Amino acid sequence: MGYATSMEPDVIIGLEVHVQLNKLKTKLFCSCPLDYHEDEPNTHVCPVCLGLPGAMPVVNKEAVKAAIKVALALHAEVQPFTVFDRKNYFYPDLPKGFQISQYDRPLALGGYVTIETEEGEKKITLKRIHMEEDPGKLTYKGSITTAKYCLIDYNRSGVPLLEIVTEPVMHSPKEARLFLNKLRIILEYLDVFDGSLEGAMRVDANVSIRGGGRVEIKNISSFKGVERALSYEIARQKNLLRMGRKVERETRHFDEVNNITVSLRSKEEEQDYRYFPEPDLVPIYTAELLEEVKGTLPEMPEEKRERLKAQYGIGDNFAKVLVLDKVMADYFEEVAKHVDPKLAASWVVDVLRGELNYRGKDFRFAYEMLKPEEFAKLLRYFREERITEKGVVEVIRIKLDHGGDVDEIIRSRGLFAIPKEEIERLCREAIEKNPKAVADYKGGKKKALDFLVGYVMKATRGRANPAETAQILKKMLEE
Amino acid sequence: MVTKEDVIHVANLAKIELRDDEVEKFREEFEKILEYFDVLDEVPEDVEPTYQVHDLSNVFREDVPGESLPRELVLMNAKHVEDGYFKGPKIMEG
Ligand SMILES: [Zn+2]
Repeated sequence: MGYATSMEPDVIIGLEVHVQLNKLKTKLFCSCPLDYHEDEPNTHVCPVCLGLPGAMPVVNKEAVKAAIKVALALHAEVQPFTVFDRKNYFYPDLPKGFQISQYDRPLALGGYVTIETEEGEKKITLKRIHMEEDPGKLTYKGSITTAKYCLIDYNRSGVPLLEIVTEPVMHSPKEARLFLNKLRIILEYLDVFDGSLEGAMRVDANVSIRGGGRVEIKNISSFKGVERALSYEIARQKNLLRMGRKVERETRHFDEVNNITVSLRSKEEEQDYRYFPEPDLVPIYTAELLEEVKGTLPEMPEEKRERLKAQYGIGDNFAKVLVLDKVMADYFEEVAKHVDPKLAASWVVDVLRGELNYRGKDFRFAYEMLKPEEFAKLLRYFREERITEKGVVEVIRIKLDHGGDVDEIIRSRGLFAIPKEEIERLCREAIEKNPKAVADYKGGKKKALDFLVGYVMKATRGRANPAETAQILKKMLEE
Repeated sequence: MVTKEDVIHVANLAKIELRDDEVEKFREEFEKILEYFDVLDEVPEDVEPTYQVHDLSNVFREDVPGESLPRELVLMNAKHVEDGYFKGPKIMEG
């Protein structure tokens, strides 16, 4: 089949990612509060974000600083001089008849994001990063096809957006997904973005197959959607080419329900947007802001990965996974304060992460239910052989599902391992009370040892380690 | 040269319907307007475009939430409203 490798050089993909700077408190050009997600429609709006005549936009300084922060973290070149423009088109989600965006003087040019593919590390290069305002949100009663009209909520209108445009350098839907995942991680490290909020990241994807026209798929609203939309679109274009037909240059819409792309038959070209400098806003010289922002850049995933390895002596396999989520890395570091870091890394990555995933939770939940100090205590018991591996896992599960006190759980469930002296005492008892088995063993019936091990297991209700017990018994019998 | 098609295209972008005689009227006016732009041909190419006619730059607002409008006021002037939403036309492109 043609799907044997994930890399297909003839497939060319570029992405335009719209990212809400949703950790800010107010919109891009007005003081309306951004936390609208739980609220009634049209309750976070004012004359500016409703586009009422005479209302004047004023730029949110923190939004520009957040945008610069992102540009720096993505290794882009922040431009010394940047300007807002009007992008003119009519659509019900735009109350003004234009969107305030950026055109020939964007905030930043270039940059890259490093992803890890099966073929090794790859730099996904960026064309540009610019600022713009989010439009409002349209909904339809019933479905888009049966509804007679749309309902418009302008709460989202004016939310600060970044548009991050990649070069057409990706060659598979999977690479596109890896890029988006990495971008999300970086944005969350910067504390400018909460990806869990609805509509926080929306993607337009350009895809073409060498020899065919470029197709733009508009407004895909989930990561899974991007991969599926691209897979469908690549298959569709390949089919056309195989049948000797042309792939037309066009814009398509992704239907998330049916997993197909549908032609929008829109012929709007760039010049039709009639961009011109927004006369109600003044230009921005970035030098001063850039200096302010430079000091606030946090440690980024790659730096953290190297530091974790150096500081804690943990392997790259663990460090690589830990930095995928800043909260997980923080959790690990707190556990590592109290217990052998290598032990902590393997339990956090291999066990706790899996148990959280299984429950559809992340490390924020772990902070709530199983605090790093509690987890460290549990691992200390394990290291001191006071609890078995199986026992640790059991406590983790109980803590995540019900909470409670670690010591209390171990005691009430009888999970404390039996001290070695106790095992030795029980072994002696087993030998004293079972002369026949002892005689059998000494007479060459090695299987008689199992009977003695069984005696100890029974006495400890299965909490002794059978292999270790057999070892002790053998030694005693052969003395 | 401004063609009839140019005028109709621009009218479409502005969502304005023109009668035939209006198309011709605008075609002539567009042509005259564009002639003014010939002046720009005399400007040397290394001149920076003017983004603003005054000297202001870096005018900012702090990220401090203010009051939004009460919804009665927001929807007051809208002809078509439903459940706190504005009602708008369904746009099926094409
Ligand atoms: Zn507002």
